[in-house]
Amino acid sequence: MSSSESKPALIEVRDVTMAYGTNVIQSDLTFDIHRGDIFVIMGGSGCGKSTLLKHMLGLITPDAGDILYSGTSFYSASKERQDSMRKRWGITYQSGGLFSAMTLEENITLPLELYTEYTKAETKDVVAYKLALVGLAGYQSYYPSEISGGMRKRAALARAIALDPEILFFDEPSAGLDPISSSLLDDLIVQIKESMGATVVMVTHELPSIFAIANNSVYLDNISRTMIEYGNPAQLRDHSQKAVVRQFLSRSATADEDSA
Amino acid sequence: MSTSPPGYELLGESQDESLLALSGAWAQGHSPEPFRTIASQLISNPPHSLTVDGTGITHWDSLLMAFLLQCHDFCRTQGIAFGTRQLPQGILELLDVATAVKPHEEPEETPAPWLSTLDPANLLRRASGGTRDSLAFIGEVTIAMGRLATGRANTRLKDFTAFCYQTGPNAFGIISLTSILVGMILAYLGAVQLRQFGAEIYVADLVVIGTLREMGVLMTAVVMAGRTGAAYAAQLGTMQTNEEIDAISTMGISPIEFLVLPRMLALVVIMPLLTVYADLLGIVGGGIVAGGMGISPPQYISQGMGALSITQVSVGLIKAVVFAALIAIAGCRAGINSGRSSAAVGQAATTAVVTSVVYLIVADAAINIVFQQLGI
Repeated sequence: MSSSESKPALIEVRDVTMAYGTNVIQSDLTFDIHRGDIFVIMGGSGCGKSTLLKHMLGLITPDAGDILYSGTSFYSASKERQDSMRKRWGITYQSGGLFSAMTLEENITLPLELYTEYTKAETKDVVAYKLALVGLAGYQSYYPSEISGGMRKRAALARAIALDPEILFFDEPSAGLDPISSSLLDDLIVQIKESMGATVVMVTHELPSIFAIANNSVYLDNISRTMIEYGNPAQLRDHSQKAVVRQFLSRSATADEDSA
Repeated sequence: MSTSPPGYELLGESQDESLLALSGAWAQGHSPEPFRTIASQLISNPPHSLTVDGTGITHWDSLLMAFLLQCHDFCRTQGIAFGTRQLPQGILELLDVATAVKPHEEPEETPAPWLSTLDPANLLRRASGGTRDSLAFIGEVTIAMGRLATGRANTRLKDFTAFCYQTGPNAFGIISLTSILVGMILAYLGAVQLRQFGAEIYVADLVVIGTLREMGVLMTAVVMAGRTGAAYAAQLGTMQTNEEIDAISTMGISPIEFLVLPRMLALVVIMPLLTVYADLLGIVGGGIVAGGMGISPPQYISQGMGALSITQVSVGLIKAVVFAALIAIAGCRAGINSGRSSAAVGQAATTAVVTSVVYLIVADAAINIVFQQLGI
């Protein structure tokens, strides 16, 4: 943590307020995500975690504030600039977001065809490699509806890493998976992240995942509608000043007085 | 140096060991020779081991990884020991991850000979299967109707009224347009022929009978098949995709009662009303053309009233009820049997429209033959 703070932040969230109409979801969010981090956005159900992610992805414009990537504001950038920033991101959505009318191969081929200069034969080889990375070698001709939920999550990951992205965004990557598959997926995310040198931003409330892989996090509170904690989740569990954060991270309904 | 093209060279260090020396920038925009060119060399003269040397690599991305993975898999299937040296750490880690799981192999499947698809027994079985499914669906709907009549069905009145609104008032615009135009077409068609006999006045009879018995209801049905039948199929297909239909079934609610009945009843109630509306506008449309041919409105009306009878109106209405049931069945059946992907939902909507139009025309012909025989 302390070493990463000296480096310039890769993503800077500055005073962001998110609202649907007059209904404010979260306000005054300010935090940094550094290169090489595995950053978790956490908080109770309905606090706006996925909404924050959608703001970071440029799918929803914040009501106030700004989000900067490598020092460049996303929302005041031109359309072309935004597109070129987006090309460096890999994203998996809550329900996968795989195109159900396309095979896995076609799903991964699409971004490669659009944004790279690989020839057709090379694209085919690269797709095979991306699928092998997530343990789905040989499943090229399968449709998303023909494989299991865990495989779909991994296939979505393969599509997300198709362009060798700088930043990987995950919306609840292990939701609905058994503990073993979920921990295998965590390992996979860490391995891919380490070897590609990517930065990971994810929304999750799977505690084992959070402690296993995250090195930094932000906690969004449902009641005060703003962020109340920022830091390494393992440290927050033991040393947070906020009872609700300690409860959340130790999975208890009542405040644990001793650990304060 | 970083712009030198990617390449490789196969060096036989000794009889048993081959060295594959990679060099240059292995990144998109440069195309190296594909792997199969050395694969053939290796097959013709297989070494015991193949070592990949990465000393000359200046730059790399997924292209190199894809190449190395092919090398690795090739060596595994050929029984050649695969080794690396002087490869960057990142490449080794990625290669480890990529080769951790063995490639999935499709189970062998012997394709059936092409001619067997023409086997009449097979074709008959498939056709009868389709018919049996259709009949089973109609049977389930009938049973559900019985339960509804005895007040035991899980059908919500709110759904029914919502579908009535969707099917009825929202369709007024398009029904107005089509029926006025079809009335005019009928009148033109008739006027041209009847003028030869100086019997233009009978255009009124032709339009009234033609619209009431046939064209009013048929055009309404075709519009409803495209509009409502397809919408039903898409709604139910999406619900199938979202596992909503599974949720309904596991709650112990029959999807037929909960989803199909309100849609079908709404269409059965609304179609006759729309047909009456379409008939009226069709006759007005015919009147406009007749006016242009020198038949004054009072003449047209009095001549038309002569042709108008309860029988003609009710023939149209009976058809409307039958057509409505057929459209709803075709639409709902396509939706319920839809696959679980966005393409399958589109397919379901197409099937719904195509089957309902076929049903409509077959049913119309059948009803006309029956009425002809009965002298109605």
